[in-house]
Amino acid sequence: MDPSLRELYQEVILDHSRHPRHFGALDNATHKAEGYNPLCGDRVTVMLALDEQGRVADIKFQGKGCAISQASASMMTELLAGRTVVEAEKLMEGFLHLVKGEKAADLSPDDREHLDVMSGISEFPMRVKCATLAWHTFRNAVEEGETSADAKAGAA
Amino acid sequence: MTAPAKIVPAFDVEKARADFPILARQVYGKPLVYLDSGASAQKPRAVLEAMTRFAESDYANVHRGVHYLSATATDAYEAARRTVQKFLNAAREDEIVFTKGGTEAINLVSYSFLAPRIQPGDEIVLSVMEHHSNIVPWHFLRERHGAVLRWVDVRDDGSLDIEAVDAAITAKTKLVAITHMSNVLGTVTPLKDIIARAHAKGVPVLADGCQGAVHEILDVQALDIDFYAFTGHKIYGPTGIGALYAKRAHLKTMRPFNGGGEMIREVTRDLVTYADPPARFEAGTPPIIEAVGMAAAMDYLMDLDRAAVKAHEHDLLTYARERLKDFNWLRVIGDAPGKGAILSFEAEGMHAHDVATILDREGVAVRAGHHCAQPLMERFGVTSTSRASFALYNKRADVDALIAALAKAREILG
Repeated sequence: MDPSLRELYQEVILDHSRHPRHFGALDNATHKAEGYNPLCGDRVTVMLALDEQGRVADIKFQGKGCAISQASASMMTELLAGRTVVEAEKLMEGFLHLVKGEKAADLSPDDREHLDVMSGISEFPMRVKCATLAWHTFRNAVEEGETSADAKAGAA
Repeated sequence: MTAPAKIVPAFDVEKARADFPILARQVYGKPLVYLDSGASAQKPRAVLEAMTRFAESDYANVHRGVHYLSATATDAYEAARRTVQKFLNAAREDEIVFTKGGTEAINLVSYSFLAPRIQPGDEIVLSVMEHHSNIVPWHFLRERHGAVLRWVDVRDDGSLDIEAVDAAITAKTKLVAITHMSNVLGTVTPLKDIIARAHAKGVPVLADGCQGAVHEILDVQALDIDFYAFTGHKIYGPTGIGALYAKRAHLKTMRPFNGGGEMIREVTRDLVTYADPPARFEAGTPPIIEAVGMAAAMDYLMDLDRAAVKAHEHDLLTYARERLKDFNWLRVIGDAPGKGAILSFEAEGMHAHDVATILDREGVAVRAGHHCAQPLMERFGVTSTSRASFALYNKRADVDALIAALAKAREILG
């Protein structure tokens, strides 16, 4: 067995893909975006509720995709919950470096430990987009995905 | 479309494999098992050498200079056109328009033939198994001219019901645009019947031959087809070249496509007149070396016993189906009688991209995704499939490698 395949599809990743955390709709979402990978047709919707301090009070995702994209989305929601948008951006930068096999100096030791299971993806350049889809969608949600006041009122 | 039954000697696959240099290489330390010829086929040495030889000894621009090489290059380019004519059994060489591929050939028909004939509400009939090249050019006519796309469904086994096609052709139909062979299902459409039904109602037919041209033996005169579009790189030729066959009577009525050099008769400050077909549709410097390469690929194919090649590819498909029966977690999509050597499948609980990644590390190259055929994916309720497509250089051992790699994928992901 190719060791890099074992590295890519290790148990933690398969577990996240089979039992994704924070999966489902978020009724009180303040921000929302849909990500789409036209290469494979995978879709992911990221919904989050930002509080007044710009902190991710709640986050959920929905979608269908490969094991890598599902696991990455699931792990992302776990890691981003409770962080501010600024902290999330920093984490995302570190993650993007990691999956591309570049130095991820800006990751804290704790974050690095959590994300290390995803580092195997750097051996599979054709699959990096699968891993980054949810993260880019999160960024789009924050930057451009503010839900309308009406929607929020309706959801409340 | 099949050749008359005859006793054919078994196709010598090892001899053919030796013609394709890339098959000697390894990937990840494993022998290359290339099952993605439906996306693009590998090139035999005869093609690569023909292109090099031409570029090294006879190359210049075509139809322009009076110098020696301009003449040799023009001769080679026009000889390539005659080779395409022969490959398709077209009546005349000026019914062959060189394009940069199948996509451009279909866009040419959409823009130059059909657009001027479309009134709002006019219909274009197509099947749900078209790939995007034979969908999007017609969407353009829907968006810009109010054309209506009439979709013909396929049966659950992927076969096409000729009566459903017939029923879709009405007094409003301006064109039937249909694949010759589905790039996902492998379904070979009954072109001759479709054309007869359409012509009975005065409707022309375009066939997308991107897959069909390599697997089927073509005779555009026997088919009486109006337009046949295909690409070079799927018939073991180079990229950047394809062709449109169109009946002379149609070509003469068609407006120019791209404007530029080569396609004009005369240009003044106030006026322009256009060259006769096919030059009218070949603006600018064409892909000259690629035309020579595509012709070499056609010569290569025509030198083989094509009925034997077809039987060989069919054997690979049958063998693969047989071996896959052990995998009850795998669903094959497309099982039409007489289908071509394309095998699409969905694996339970495993996404096509994960499957393809694991197969890749075993040296097995397949396509994974929606295959640029999203309406068909929707029809079968899947977002993506894995696809193994067989070519003349594949052998049963390639199927064995695919099966072993799929078992490995199941072990890792299942």
